[in-house]
Amino acid sequence: MPVVQDPWPWYVAGPLIGLLVPALLVFGGKAFGLSANLRHACAALPVPERSKPGFLRYDWRSAGTWNLVFALGIAVGGFVGIRLLSDPTAPLAISASTVAALADLGVTDLAGFVPAQLVSWAALATPVGALMVLGGGFLVGFGARWAGGCTSGHAISGLAALQIPSLVAVVGFFVGGLAVTHLVLPLLLG
Amino acid sequence: MQTPTPLYRQADADGAAPPADCVDTPQVAVAEPLAPSAPHVDLPPECADVEQVPEDLRDRALAEGNAPLALAVYGLLGAGLGLVFTKSQVISWFRIYEMFRFESFHMYGIIGSAVATAALSVWVIQKLKLTTVHGEPIELAPKAWGDSRVPGARYWMGGITFGLGWALLGACPGPLVALLGGGVSVMAAALVAALGGTWTYALLRDRLPH
Repeated sequence: MPVVQDPWPWYVAGPLIGLLVPALLVFGGKAFGLSANLRHACAALPVPERSKPGFLRYDWRSAGTWNLVFALGIAVGGFVGIRLLSDPTAPLAISASTVAALADLGVTDLAGFVPAQLVSWAALATPVGALMVLGGGFLVGFGARWAGGCTSGHAISGLAALQIPSLVAVVGFFVGGLAVTHLVLPLLLG
Repeated sequence: MQTPTPLYRQADADGAAPPADCVDTPQVAVAEPLAPSAPHVDLPPECADVEQVPEDLRDRALAEGNAPLALAVYGLLGAGLGLVFTKSQVISWFRIYEMFRFESFHMYGIIGSAVATAALSVWVIQKLKLTTVHGEPIELAPKAWGDSRVPGARYWMGGITFGLGWALLGACPGPLVALLGGGVSVMAAALVAALGGTWTYALLRDRLPH
C-alpha cells in the first residue's frame, strides 16, 4: 500500500512534533526533552549509590519515570512506523547531489534508515564503524548533558521559549555536525 | 481559581539556591519558598536539580505524573512521536547527512515548523495564563548562562560535542530509541555508548566549564 508507506511531508511532521510541547506542558507541566533519559537511565543502574557521581544521585523514579515511559513509547512508535508502515528495503528519496556525495565516500547501499556499510553490527567490527556507532553514541550522551539538552530539549523546547542559550546550543549542534559531515567523514572514508 | 502555588523549587534540602550553572532546563519559576517537607532522597548538596526536581517531588509524582493513567498518556504521546519520527524520516542517517550538506529543505522544514508551532503554543499558554490539567501555573524559567568566563561555554562546547556525535551516529536520543524499537539492533550498542558518555560527563562534571 504505497499511500500507507509513503513518507510524510515536513509540513505535517513538523507541526505534529511542535504540538508535543504544549501537550506535555498542559498535561503535566513537563518540558519536552529526551536526553534527560540518558541521565535517568544512568541513575537507575543497579550500582551502589556511593559509587555513583553526585550528578547521578537523585530520585530518578519520581523525576524521570514519565520521561522513560515517553521514550518507551517512542520505541513502540518506531516499531509501528518501521515494521508496519514502511518498506525497509526501499532506498530513501534523498537528493541526487547527496547520493553522489555518498557514492564518493563509497556508501552505495541506501536501503533502510541507516547505511549498513557504516552503521551495523558487521561495521562495528571495523574502526570506522566503531567510531561512528560507539564514538557517535558516546559524544551524543556526553554532549547532551553538558549542553543541558539535545535536539528536542534545545532545538524545539528551548527555541520555542525564545531561550538564547538554546540558540547557542543549536548553533553548536550544527558546528559539530558540519565538521563531521564536511571534514571528518571525507577523512575517514575518502 | 485558587492562588497558584509554585510548582518547583530547587531540590537541595536546605532550600539554598544552587549555583546558577546548575539550572538549565526550562523550569517552572521559583517563587515563595514552599513549606519544608522532609528530605526524602539522598540528594547531592548541589546540582541535584539539573533536570527539574520539585521539592515535594515524590508525592506529586506519585499523585500525578506517575499514576498509571498519566504514564499511559506519556507513553501514547511518545508512540505518536516515534511514529512521526519514522514516517517523516527524521530517524534516517541519510536525512541527517543530507541536512548537514544543505541539500534538502526537508529537515529544516520539520525543525522550523516544529519550533514555530511550539513557540506559538507557548505564547498562547502564557498569554491565556493556561494551567496544567491539575491547575498548576505553567511558567518557563530562563536558562542560565552559567558562571564560566566564557558566557554560555557549556552550550557552545556541549553543543559542539553533541553535534559531532549526532552527525557520526546519524541519530539523536529520540530517533535512536525509535530505530531500536524498529529493529535496528545496532542502536543498542549506540545507546550503551551514550550511557557511557553521560556517565563520563557525570564523573568529569566539576572540571568542565559551565
